[in-house]
Amino acid sequence: MDSSNGATVRSHCVGTTAVVYASDYLNKLTGERIERECRRQLDSGCRALVIDFGNTQLVNSIGISILLGIINIAEKNGAQVVFSDVNNQTVELFDMLGLTRHVALARNEQEALSNLSGLNPTPTLH
Amino acid sequence: MVPSTQKLIHTFGALADLGQEVANTGDFSEMVRTSMHLLLGTLALRRGAVAESGSGRVLTCLALWGLDEGLFVQLEIHEEDETEFLESELSALLVAQGQSAFLKRHQALLGREGIELIVPMVVQNKLTGFVLLGGKASGEEFSAEDFETIRAMVRHIGVGIHTHRLIEQVAQRAEENRRLYEELRAIYRDTVRAFAAAIDIKDKYTQGHSERVGRYSEIIAREMGWSEDEVEGIQIAGYLHDVGKLVVDRNIINAPYHIDAKLSSELNRHPAAGYEILAPINHPYADIPLMAKYHHERLDGRGYPDGLTDEQIPLGAKIVSLADSFDAMTTDRPYRRRRSIEDVVRDLRQNSGKQFDSKVVVAFARAILKELTGETKERRIIKMLGKGYLDGEQVPTLLSDLIVELDCNR
Repeated sequence: MDSSNGATVRSHCVGTTAVVYASDYLNKLTGERIERECRRQLDSGCRALVIDFGNTQLVNSIGISILLGIINIAEKNGAQVVFSDVNNQTVELFDMLGLTRHVALARNEQEALSNLSGLNPTPTLH
Repeated sequence: MVPSTQKLIHTFGALADLGQEVANTGDFSEMVRTSMHLLLGTLALRRGAVAESGSGRVLTCLALWGLDEGLFVQLEIHEEDETEFLESELSALLVAQGQSAFLKRHQALLGREGIELIVPMVVQNKLTGFVLLGGKASGEEFSAEDFETIRAMVRHIGVGIHTHRLIEQVAQRAEENRRLYEELRAIYRDTVRAFAAAIDIKDKYTQGHSERVGRYSEIIAREMGWSEDEVEGIQIAGYLHDVGKLVVDRNIINAPYHIDAKLSSELNRHPAAGYEILAPINHPYADIPLMAKYHHERLDGRGYPDGLTDEQIPLGAKIVSLADSFDAMTTDRPYRRRRSIEDVVRDLRQNSGKQFDSKVVVAFARAILKELTGETKERRIIKMLGKGYLDGEQVPTLLSDLIVELDCNR
């Protein structure tokens, strides 16, 4: 759990998968906290990341850039990334900008974990 | 193809955020980093960097994402590159097309690093730096709208960097000016002190008097809570308070006996003469000529040159007056030995409200007491008065009593 800058990012591990929960507005501050937490989880040996957007209403440009950075880092570490519980508006944004070419989307955390267990492999990054 | 409403909203949101960001004069590195993220996030670009071209055509990386900083060491700029970049202004150059000599030289390197576009930041016809951009996460080619968006955002970032550097230059010049001003003030102070020494040399019995009056005045003013600038000003006034003695006959000043009324009247010209000397000078502190002019005025109106009373006398002149009298009482004169501190305190008590302002006397007594009791580590008054002068056991009590009495009477 990242607690730098006095704020925490909720996360937990299921086997070698880390589930990281995004906050209501994914901007620079919150985005960087999530990025730090994802790096930490990958450094400690996680092989897959689930970023849960269940509480996220809005993602701005900086949030997009940071998410792409997380995808890059995961790629370098040979890890898969799944976005779960993303609202319709944000799905449209991710689709429009091409993020969904690099990550799998899941309806919820459970589905994301199931997908990662081998039912539905995440596309590889280009 | 017409951009979707959502894409427009996303782009406009980023532009609005970028406008705010570049106007942020706080953390420069953070401003550049955030601006870069806004640009990358607007088009969902996988990697990018912002570099500044400094003197000697050296590129300095200001922010990067998804790239290795070592890349910039290998990107040298030649003179002809600069001309080409200035001509292309803010147009994005496609790495794959090798649209310039610079790109032809570095095409392979940039390609390996996944850089697809280079955008020169040109501000006021000067090359400020570059923005390097990777491909879109969507895998699509850059559209005409994308190029327009990139151009607009890079212009913002360039102006932000340029403005920041200008502010830095202005701050640097302001700092240089401040240092120059400080040096000038120091030269002014040294000149005034040398001048004070020259005034005192004329009077063989009061050497160092002006210097001491300057220091006592400074100590009193600081005790009264004056600002540092005002304290410096009154110190200068103390140094110069007797400048008018330069026009008084040396024999009158050095007379080894009490002078008669005629000679006294000649000597009493010095405050007004001092004013005449000091008034035309543009001093960096306020009211110095007036403090010199009125340092022999008394609260009861029996002073000179104008016979002013209490409220008519500037506070600075009251401070210099006390400092002057205190030094006169505590130093030897040709016709008498200096007075004991007990005698001086008695004089101050008797003349408070008549010759001296009680507030000023209280402040001075408090400053002396602080040195005696160790409340302050300063020993300036003790040092000026010489070893043993304030050693009497009763002195702190005398001063405390004086403070209490004058405070009660105010």
